[in-house]
Amino acid sequence: MGSIMKFEEMVQQEKKDYNLLFSDKTAVLVGSATCGNSAGAQTAKDIIRSELSDFECEIIDVGCIGLCYAEPIVMVLKPQEPSVIYGNVTKKVARKITRSHIMQDTPLPDYALGSWGAGEIEGITPLFEQKSMRMQERRILRNCGFIDPTNIGHYLAQGGYSGFMRALQMESSEIIKEIKNSGLRGRGGAGFPTWMKWQFCLDSGKKTNYLVCNADEGDPGAFMNRSLLESDPHSVLEGILIAAKTIRAEKAYLYCRAEYPLALERLKTAIKQMKERGFLGKNIMGSEFNLEILIKEGAGAFVCGEETALLASIEGERGTPRTRPPFPTTEGLFGKPTVINNVETMASVTQVMQQGAEKYSQMGTQESKGTKTFSLVGQVKKTGLIEVPLGTTLKEVIFDIGGGILDEGEFKSVQIGGPSGGCVPVQHLDTPIDYSSLLEVGAMMGSGGLVVMDHSTCMVEVARYFLEFIQKESCGKCVPCRLGTKQMLDILTDITVGKGKKKDLDVLPELAEAVKLGSLCGLGQSAPNPILTTMCFFMEEYQSHIEEGICPAKDCKEFITYTIDSETCDGCMGCIKSCPVGAISGEKDKVHIIDTLKCVKCGTCLDLCKKKKNAVILANSC
Amino acid sequence: MQVLNKILSRYAGEKSDLVPLLQEIQSEYGYLSEELMKEVSHFTNVPESEIYGVATFYTQFRFTPKGKKHISVCTGTACHVTGAQQIIEGMERHLNIKEGETTPDEEYSLESVGCLGCCALAPAAMVNDEIKSKLSLRNIKKLFKGYKPPESSK
Repeated sequence: MGSIMKFEEMVQQEKKDYNLLFSDKTAVLVGSATCGNSAGAQTAKDIIRSELSDFECEIIDVGCIGLCYAEPIVMVLKPQEPSVIYGNVTKKVARKITRSHIMQDTPLPDYALGSWGAGEIEGITPLFEQKSMRMQERRILRNCGFIDPTNIGHYLAQGGYSGFMRALQMESSEIIKEIKNSGLRGRGGAGFPTWMKWQFCLDSGKKTNYLVCNADEGDPGAFMNRSLLESDPHSVLEGILIAAKTIRAEKAYLYCRAEYPLALERLKTAIKQMKERGFLGKNIMGSEFNLEILIKEGAGAFVCGEETALLASIEGERGTPRTRPPFPTTEGLFGKPTVINNVETMASVTQVMQQGAEKYSQMGTQESKGTKTFSLVGQVKKTGLIEVPLGTTLKEVIFDIGGGILDEGEFKSVQIGGPSGGCVPVQHLDTPIDYSSLLEVGAMMGSGGLVVMDHSTCMVEVARYFLEFIQKESCGKCVPCRLGTKQMLDILTDITVGKGKKKDLDVLPELAEAVKLGSLCGLGQSAPNPILTTMCFFMEEYQSHIEEGICPAKDCKEFITYTIDSETCDGCMGCIKSCPVGAISGEKDKVHIIDTLKCVKCGTCLDLCKKKKNAVILANSC
Repeated sequence: MQVLNKILSRYAGEKSDLVPLLQEIQSEYGYLSEELMKEVSHFTNVPESEIYGVATFYTQFRFTPKGKKHISVCTGTACHVTGAQQIIEGMERHLNIKEGETTPDEEYSLESVGCLGCCALAPAAMVNDEIKSKLSLRNIKKLFKGYKPPESSK
């Protein structure tokens, strides 16, 4: 019992230190995850620091709060006042915030996204009372953007590792029962009940078991795991501790993509701090439990997100999938029983153990419990990372949380589930996001990427894009996937360049069915999904390409031309200067002309002129 | 070879070390040369053919040198629908090379990669380890300011 007291003492101390940080002086939190940094967070931070000179103020790098559309984001905390979150902090804005709010206590409503904490500030609506945040239920992301991910103390002060300490007092069977009661299903995409995987592993009765955390988030358009690992790595690591303790593993692997350098760096720091605090190594927190966590960097192969391919990759082989059975829970890594759980599953396990199964299962639907994070991207106003209870509809996510379509455009489709998922059209916008409802409309939950598309996106081209992706990433082990995807890609490419034939529309579904049935792993089995859903919901676009020779979205390059309307062009020379290939000619105040042979159809002139005279015309060539 | 020996000394030479070992060698040398692969084969007791089999499977590994500035353009879904292909073509024009190539002066190399996870600020690209977001044909000019690609030797 001494270990619990030791833990309680540690938490008390951290809470005290954490509160001291903010109780009597100004603090500035800078969103420094990959998205923030790429938008210029570090520049904003440097400016704030140089403007401050002697003014006492703590500047802390935090993770991503999820409002990626407004990066860089800076939060100003003043003692006894609500904090203010500022967005789009350019150099100029950073200077203004420093001089006005940080140094002189005058908040700037014009640049504020919202406030946070008790109290009111005139002109600034509290962030979590705004529609886009009110609809969300931030459990997994609760610390993201509010704590320093490189400081284990911050995590402890927020109740971190209390779930693990609880698990430490429980038998494996009790923990499994708790997870079972929570209703948690794997967040990697397929939605297999987490407790069952753990139980299978224990049932195998072998002496050595392994735990693998799958952070090979390869789905294009999805970044939930990256953001979580960069913003709150300990919440995932705590889940790993709990799972490893339950299945009696002494070695856990965390397989993370090499394309996520910052996530890897923060994980390494976090693991080092866990060791220092006694959460890793021998006799963890004075118990009999030993654990070592090893980080394995992926090497750029999408198929390694498939669990058996991932295991092969850790073993130093080519990352090709294996036939099942035997399942990894009986014969996995190095031939030993292995549980493979996704990053978000691990963070959800932490949630269950910290709050209890009952509270966790209050969220969600009958068969899909809890919350799920999604990356909301594409042609939507408020792109970013969101978390909603399962059962929330696509419409609510896109229009209430995402604020609707960019530039007041028209919604066309939302792609969900990455290359294995599908495109959901407008008539199915009321579909609730849960495991079974999405399957009914031909899509799947996947890891949680939502890519919103407007009328300017060609659905045939989208299907071609995913097939190209899958074809490149197919490992080549089984014939249906290796050759089938190639054939489907060739047909789709033909259609998008104007060489489509009528019979293609019969051959495609036939091929798709064969690939679905005959492929060895999930990559091939789900590869035809983007084709099948687009053919089901957007058949007329396929027909237009083949029969009429037009691309209705005016997206496929072979079908379109750019010209300048001689009536409206005022000869401002703007497009001439902007054209990257020098295809536009003309003199000042005289009508300009586009050389269609030189034109690469990039649309730069159109975007530019749209705001001026709107003289550039995009049309189908025929 | 001193650097290589130093890297090798940190590994036990087991097969499961292969991928991390190659990653470390590549990050030190920039690419995996024939000579280096021979040494790795010798060290791990895995035939060279098998090592090539593993290395060529993963897109991260390169067998030709890369430029001082290595640009990886993201081709994830969000980047694709916001014009990643235009960005690649624009960069190809600026550098006078094709995707997957290195400029003859070894200043720049260009490749396309799977999702970088910066989808909310698409289109994005990574220059060495730094991510650049919200790219457009107009603002990529800044990346190559003052650079004139040498005439192609081909």
